[in-house]
Amino acid sequence: MDQPDRRREGALARREKRLAYILLMPTFLLVLAVVLLPLLANFWISVKPVTLAELRPPSLILKEQVRGDFAGAGDEARLEYRYRNSSIKYPLEDVVFTDSLPAGVEVTSLDPACGLDAGGGLRCELGTLDGKARGKIRIGIRAGDGFTGDKSSFKAGTPEATFTAYNVMTSFDFTLANFERVFSAAEFWDVLKVSVYYTVFGTAGALLLGLFAAQILQKAFFGRPVIRGLMLFPYVAPVIAVAFSWVVLFDPFSGAVNAMLQQMDVAEGPINFFGQRSVTIDVFGFGLTLPMALTMVILFEVWRYFPLSFLFILARMQSIPSDIYEAAEIDGATPIQQFWFLSLPYIAGILAVLFLLRFIWTFNKFDDIFLLTGGNAGTRTLTVNVYEQAFAISNLGAGAAVAVVIFALLLVFSVIFIRFSPKDAS
Amino acid sequence: MKFWMHGMFGAVLAGGIWVAIWQIIVTMALIVTTGAGLTLQAGPALLAGMVAGPVVILYRPPGQLLRHGIGIAVMAALLWGFTLGAPFDPNGLLPVWQSVVAMIIAAAAGWLSLSASIGAMPPTMQARYAAETFYLRLLWGLGLMMFVLIVAIPFYVMVMTSLKSQQSLLANPLDFSIDPAVGGTVLFRSYIELFTEYDFGTLLLNSAIVSVATVLITLLFSVPGAYAVAKLRFPGRKWLSGSVLLIYLIPAIILVIPLYAVFSQLGLRNSLLGLCIVYPATTIPVALYMLRGYFAGLPSELDDAGLMDGLSRLQIITRIAMPLSMPAIASVALYVFMIAWNEFLFAFMFLDDVKLFTLSRGIVSLNSSEVPRQHLMAGAVIATTPVLILFLWFERFLVTGLTAGSVKG
Repeated sequence: MDQPDRRREGALARREKRLAYILLMPTFLLVLAVVLLPLLANFWISVKPVTLAELRPPSLILKEQVRGDFAGAGDEARLEYRYRNSSIKYPLEDVVFTDSLPAGVEVTSLDPACGLDAGGGLRCELGTLDGKARGKIRIGIRAGDGFTGDKSSFKAGTPEATFTAYNVMTSFDFTLANFERVFSAAEFWDVLKVSVYYTVFGTAGALLLGLFAAQILQKAFFGRPVIRGLMLFPYVAPVIAVAFSWVVLFDPFSGAVNAMLQQMDVAEGPINFFGQRSVTIDVFGFGLTLPMALTMVILFEVWRYFPLSFLFILARMQSIPSDIYEAAEIDGATPIQQFWFLSLPYIAGILAVLFLLRFIWTFNKFDDIFLLTGGNAGTRTLTVNVYEQAFAISNLGAGAAVAVVIFALLLVFSVIFIRFSPKDAS
Repeated sequence: MKFWMHGMFGAVLAGGIWVAIWQIIVTMALIVTTGAGLTLQAGPALLAGMVAGPVVILYRPPGQLLRHGIGIAVMAALLWGFTLGAPFDPNGLLPVWQSVVAMIIAAAAGWLSLSASIGAMPPTMQARYAAETFYLRLLWGLGLMMFVLIVAIPFYVMVMTSLKSQQSLLANPLDFSIDPAVGGTVLFRSYIELFTEYDFGTLLLNSAIVSVATVLITLLFSVPGAYAVAKLRFPGRKWLSGSVLLIYLIPAIILVIPLYAVFSQLGLRNSLLGLCIVYPATTIPVALYMLRGYFAGLPSELDDAGLMDGLSRLQIITRIAMPLSMPAIASVALYVFMIAWNEFLFAFMFLDDVKLFTLSRGIVSLNSSEVPRQHLMAGAVIATTPVLILFLWFERFLVTGLTAGSVKG
């Protein structure tokens, strides 16, 4: 009785296992293709001397032309092939092209590189072409009696080329030059510093503002649902819309903030909030220099992401049982004591999780800074630097190297995150 | 000496702060709605408020209507007196009725906020509990006002700028007044130009196609996957549900270079299909995570009953699990739609062809010195409206989606 039962269960379990794998397979494959393999490819590219222009492997550009009149029998003309290596850097090896000639065309003279095969087709061996190399092949031709076409007859058969191209992406040439470039660049440590400032202050600011907002919206009052919805706008709206709204709002010449500051005699002249690296504020006779554009992008980050912290903290606070507050009230605890000794311990877990996850996500942030300042005026973070290296300076390898640095730092953060994450993190 | 715990001190402080703030707000609102160059008089308002504080705390007739009616009148008189008879408009730029209305609004707002902050606090030394309650109430009011302002102002500027003309925008950046008499075609000319000259209809369609396709593909992949992780036993299940969110920590900017290289060679780069491959890959892990939690909460007896009745597992998913988890699926769908609609980085890197631009990509190209600012803002409004409508319509679902799935940004 026992034996077949268990075997049947085994079969069921096997089927269940197989079904689970089938159901998960599409997800796994897609994530593999779009996330995991590119991640590995990024490491590969980071040790490659590859620029944006070399993304396409070199190939042979070949053009065919007939020079001279060539319509009736007896006409003589020159068949010309112009060729060029499309790469300016890498050679093409074993370059051979073949072309068929229209019926009735006789070859009068041949280039030394070329020959005629048995079927009357042309075959030219060009050997190795260095980068940028170009040249011409000239073939003398005469229209025989059987020729009935004209010049356009030559267009019918396009020449076919074969060659061994050097593809920098798939070759085994490695270099550490990208990393040397990235680390030795004078601005690298500045970039790292800006990244850290942005991440720390952006995360902490959004968290504190979210905590404040959650405290305010915790108690019921008239209009609370509307205001709660409104508070989520910055996060829900497209980054492109809110970032450009800020740019327009703070524009030095046509922006409302500058006009308002001048109207109210707070500022003397226009302030370029997103374009000025630093500002010196006079505090009791001491000149205090603060980064201007960086502060602005941090404020934007805080403004855009406080709704998220707010949402999480509010959800957590509303799950706190109300009787503990009643008990505290009877014991005479003041409101600040209630917050400090009751609410805060309850939300400490979610605050820690939010801080760590938001820390990583702020560190990863690219869109916001790119749209606000383009990484200028002292706001270039590591992520913006990836774009700058790879697409603005067109050095894909260097960009990938910066991405590797980001990934390494992320690994460090994740280890810390897993180590210190509270157990009730859900 | 704990002077700050005295009721009178609190009243003076709250009065000064509230009336000065309302003075600033009403002045700014007047400037913005009339376009007139007014002068801010925060100092006199501060003093008026500091006098009004004791009035609130000392003068407490029984009737609410009487109390506030007289209070607002007193407040208006104080404002009028301390600003030498011209609270907002010392240079006489506005019609008198506008100044008077503004003064009444400022007085009413200042008085009502002040008396709400003070509440029933008497003008005596307060116990710590009562003093803290008062200051927290003051902070509550100020905080609420600050949040509403900082959230609303950028959106207000976005909408109003989009309705301005180039000349008026340059002439007076503070003039957000709308003149309905000019007619719809003049008022909405930025929008009309975007749709006629910049082909925003196509952009809107492209964004919609990509977003809807992303939602469908994400659900198609993540519903079976989440069911498998939640209900089926297989080796690696624990590991999988733990590691699926790690994918979310990988930033898009790291993936952009390799995907750019590979998609260029495959011819997928400058195409909507490419985006429809990349977007789901970034949303599926979180969708799977969110749905897994919901599926795991469904009683297993339902599945067993279905199996007994001869349903296959796929039928159980489509006929039992999915109908029961519609709220979760709706949350996921809305959340994923929002992510795809708002996505900027990949659209920016991949798309070169104007005909294939999504809204995000199209609006970036409006950010140049040749395109007037109001077009940029009109584009921003066009991109924002659909998500905000969806959000307001399905706020409950979206909020669930946001809290369940996304500590991502």
